[in-house]
Amino acid sequence: MSSIPRFWRSIRSRYNLIGKKCLTCGKVYFPPRTICPNCRRKGKLTDYKLKGEGKILTFTVIHVAPEDFKRQAPYIMAIVKLDEGPKITTQIVNCKLEEIHIGMRVRAVFRRIKEDGSSGIIHYGYKFEPCKA
Amino acid sequence: MEKVAVIGIGLTKFGELWESSFSQLFVEAGTKAIEDAGIDGKDIDAIFVGNMSGGRFIEQEHISSLIADYAGLTPLPSTRVEAACASGGLAIRHGIMGILSGFYDIVVVGGVEKMTDVLTERTTQILATAAEQEWEANLGMTFPGLYAMMARRHMHKYGTTREQLAMVSVKNHRNAVHNPYAQFRFEISVDKVLNSPMVADPLRLLDCSPISDGAACIILASKEKAKEFVDNPIYIIGSGQASSSISLHGREKLTVMDSTVNAAREAYKRAKIEPKQIKVAEVHDCFTIAEILAIEGLGFFKVGEGGKATEEGETEIGGKVSVNTSGGLKAKGHPVGATGVAQAVEITLQLRGEAEKRQVDADFGLSHNVGGSGGTAVVHIFSK
Repeated sequence: MSSIPRFWRSIRSRYNLIGKKCLTCGKVYFPPRTICPNCRRKGKLTDYKLKGEGKILTFTVIHVAPEDFKRQAPYIMAIVKLDEGPKITTQIVNCKLEEIHIGMRVRAVFRRIKEDGSSGIIHYGYKFEPCKA
Repeated sequence: MEKVAVIGIGLTKFGELWESSFSQLFVEAGTKAIEDAGIDGKDIDAIFVGNMSGGRFIEQEHISSLIADYAGLTPLPSTRVEAACASGGLAIRHGIMGILSGFYDIVVVGGVEKMTDVLTERTTQILATAAEQEWEANLGMTFPGLYAMMARRHMHKYGTTREQLAMVSVKNHRNAVHNPYAQFRFEISVDKVLNSPMVADPLRLLDCSPISDGAACIILASKEKAKEFVDNPIYIIGSGQASSSISLHGREKLTVMDSTVNAAREAYKRAKIEPKQIKVAEVHDCFTIAEILAIEGLGFFKVGEGGKATEEGETEIGGKVSVNTSGGLKAKGHPVGATGVAQAVEITLQLRGEAEKRQVDADFGLSHNVGGSGGTAVVHIFSK
């Protein structure tokens, strides 16, 4: 993803977890959609800021990483069910490999995701960390 | 639906075929299929070819023209079909529709992928384009990672064990020993799987299908036209296709591949048969967990019981349903665009009674091809 406009136009969602809520059926979506799959043309989607908290539904530890993430391996990736309903794929940070488990409460943090080489753009966005007691 | 005949089949060896180019692979499989059918170029009406990513693997788009050209079949209409790893299965479906619409009498359906001209890391990246770039791959998710998350959830919810996953791989390697076209013709043990390098926890290297070059081809004909060339063709009696969210997180359930369930429902309905009548099936085992999800989603076993069924040998050759007699994607190899068509080749061999040491006694067979982490599924049902 080296195109600047491509990254730029999703910044609001990547930085601030802004998804969509359908005013017709009440369902919340993240990543944002342009049409509600439930209501289709009867739906009315509006911006909706997610709190950024939820629990881990499943996870993996990536050992063989893509080129851009090689330096981070091994790292945890998970699907988190956010409290507002949507599921999100995210890296889990500030968590020991042996502590990660299904059901763990996590919250969003702002992090550097990757860089496009030494002179390309730096991608920032959300990762999640355990909610400490 | 009206049945469609498979009158010819052809395969290349699967593996790291450094000496063969993309078009050589396709022409080799195609020539074998045309000879097998006993037809001539002038009998063919159209070409459909499944190919995932010629553009990225060999920097070549416009595969449809390339293939018609190198097969010596211009000016026949040629169409490329793409649905990631389900491209081959989807090409078959388009061939069937071409015949059943009355447009064509005989079509060539091929699948081809040349994956080893780029380095492994590049291949991994190309395969990850079958996941959602924006919200999965670009955040560090990999393809094995997606299936690893399905495996973890399945283990958590149903008690599927790490050993049961390994047994899928062990079985498929055992079957591949008897398949001369397979990439890995050797047996492995559960221990060997469990001690292979970790790729994406809990999946290890020997849970994953390999990177392969290869091509497969079948010749389809209307049932009337088929009689002019062969005495006892194998028939495709059902076809099903379904979509789901491209991302794994977009699915209602992480432990049921809904595209498989929906595609299977359509295929069984069109074929007017039940899952229990299927005795031989080629299913999409890109990772060991994928075979467990497949045999559950296709209705061979209840959801959650696929691991246990595998452990009890119900998917072995001669079991309740013989699954991946060819060695599957795991051991036969997985040249992504070719896979769906190669599955049809194996089922045709089985129903013809030409599968030699892999032979199963079956009246009906099934092929199941998945794109991405389940964004597309295609199912076909075959009969004698």
